[in-house]
Amino acid sequence: MSRLRLTQEGLTEWLRRLGNIYTLYGPVLTGSYHEFKRLQDPGEIDWDYSNTRLSPKALFLPPAEKMFVFSMDPDDPERAILKEAPKDFGPRLVVGIRPCDAYAMKLVDRNFITPQYRDPWWEKRRQETVIIGYGCNDPCSTCFCLSVGSGPFDTKGLDVLVIKVDGGFSLSFCSERGKKLLRREPLGARALSESEERSLQDRRAHAEASMPKFWDEKLVATRPLLDIFNAPFWEDIQFSCINCGTCTFLCPTCWCFDIQDELWQNKGCRVRLWDSCMFPLFTLHGSGHNPRSQKLQRVRQRFMHKLKYYVDKYRNGVACVGCGRCVQFCPVNIDIREVMRLMVSHCQCSL
Amino acid sequence: MAVYVPNPYLPEIGTVTEVIPETPNIKTIRVLLRDPERMKNFNFRPGQVAQLSVFGVGEATFVINSPPTCKDYLQFSVMKVGEVTNRIHQLVPGDIIGVRGPLGNGFPYEMMEGKDILFIAGGIGMAPLRTLLLFMLENKNNYGEISLIYGARTPQDMCYRYEIPVWQKRGVNVVLTVDTEAPGWTHRVGFVPTVLSEEAPSPKDRIAIVCGPPIMIKFVLFGLRELGFEDWQIYTTLEKRMKCGIGICGRCNMGEKFVCLDGPVFSMEELQSMVPEL
Repeated sequence: MSRLRLTQEGLTEWLRRLGNIYTLYGPVLTGSYHEFKRLQDPGEIDWDYSNTRLSPKALFLPPAEKMFVFSMDPDDPERAILKEAPKDFGPRLVVGIRPCDAYAMKLVDRNFITPQYRDPWWEKRRQETVIIGYGCNDPCSTCFCLSVGSGPFDTKGLDVLVIKVDGGFSLSFCSERGKKLLRREPLGARALSESEERSLQDRRAHAEASMPKFWDEKLVATRPLLDIFNAPFWEDIQFSCINCGTCTFLCPTCWCFDIQDELWQNKGCRVRLWDSCMFPLFTLHGSGHNPRSQKLQRVRQRFMHKLKYYVDKYRNGVACVGCGRCVQFCPVNIDIREVMRLMVSHCQCSL
Repeated sequence: MAVYVPNPYLPEIGTVTEVIPETPNIKTIRVLLRDPERMKNFNFRPGQVAQLSVFGVGEATFVINSPPTCKDYLQFSVMKVGEVTNRIHQLVPGDIIGVRGPLGNGFPYEMMEGKDILFIAGGIGMAPLRTLLLFMLENKNNYGEISLIYGARTPQDMCYRYEIPVWQKRGVNVVLTVDTEAPGWTHRVGFVPTVLSEEAPSPKDRIAIVCGPPIMIKFVLFGLRELGFEDWQIYTTLEKRMKCGIGICGRCNMGEKFVCLDGPVFSMEELQSMVPEL
């Protein structure tokens, strides 16, 4: 795979040209943290950022979105007929997404685009979005993507990979879409020299070497479900949890949502909103019965979903990409890496 | 040309044609889809569910309890417990209602062919069993003896009272019970599990299909096992809080299985290997 090399100005200019075709999104410093925002100009991108506080899942599954609108006016012949709320499905280019986050969107695809049912809005947004990823030369101390099937330069979810090199950036395509994109050759680009390629590989090796590896997927995957479900360590993990739901909202692979009707005078809409398995209301029956009424059950649900149910269902890895957001922002310091270690050590003991 | 894939979240519009009060807190509604083609082609398996929408209030999941051969209406029995069901109870004939379905797996009636069938229901739990019962009566030659043990708190809490004599006439061996003595009640008195033990049906070549409140199911299971029923011979249909109904929104899971998609019907054998979050 040949890499192109260009300066930051060259990269910005190239993106500016692409901005004529695509709506651009990228990481922008907002207050004290970064978030993915619609760019007026690609010069706004902060190429020195480590990662956004919120994952980019909101670009594909907005935190709150009107699904349908309807009228409740008794004189309206179209009364109570749901109509799709207008949504923007124009072509988009997301720049600067981290490889783990892009891979996370692929993991979530499996939930939203199934052989039986396809979520039309997720699918359309995924189809219309080109992803330019940004390799991680300096992973955070909370990163563990290499343990969970991704990596600091993982290209699985990307169309183009950008890597910071001395005095500029390297660009390479990772998909047919990316290849087409690079055909609109960036001005001032040249091929990466051999010594530059070597130094890039050194950076890569350095970044990967800094990553912990502690997960044993095969061991956990082959362990019977109920044995892990009934393991005693859940008691310790859940103890400090306050069920705030921060982890689920920050997580790039947490996709659960709620559907609600809203009514204002004669106009109504059906909205979908992010929801969280940390909340008792998530599973509360109309009768008052709740299959996950206990905190332990809810905490176990979240970790088991990512690390066991998802694995058993798709036989294709865990639903965690090691971005470390939940580790950084959990107010009571629950650490998914520790949960994974406990799971592995539980599975190392004989049945 | 792009293939038209229907939006799985978009309900179809139906009209309420009839409302039948069953008990003080259960009503049965009959719904006709506005699109006659769709109504004609609305094919489903007994045990499958649908999402009913009352616009402005929301959606909730109910079992379709008319038999699949009935093309005049879709029937749902609704117990008043929350916002959506309260609003459904206010509906009158002519009102609009949204229908999204059929959803879920339904009963595996093919594997029940040639066997005796024992339905065990408590309260509103009769609703999902009604569809299968009527379906089996329509295909009576494929099944052996069909019996029903149906219990409710009081005679007034018993659904489909007006139909039970018809079922009996068509050959169903019906045992009715209420929790406590009531004036004018000539049938059994006692909880369903107790009546089951008294009836003591043989497990030989018989399939038991159970639906009712969790506590009833729990003790019925003890009873069935005591009688020698094995887990593969016992089926039940589960309830969960649901939103999308198509296995995407994530709340009705039991482990990797979604009750809306992989259920709501499970055999006890399947449930034994699933996480016990009932």
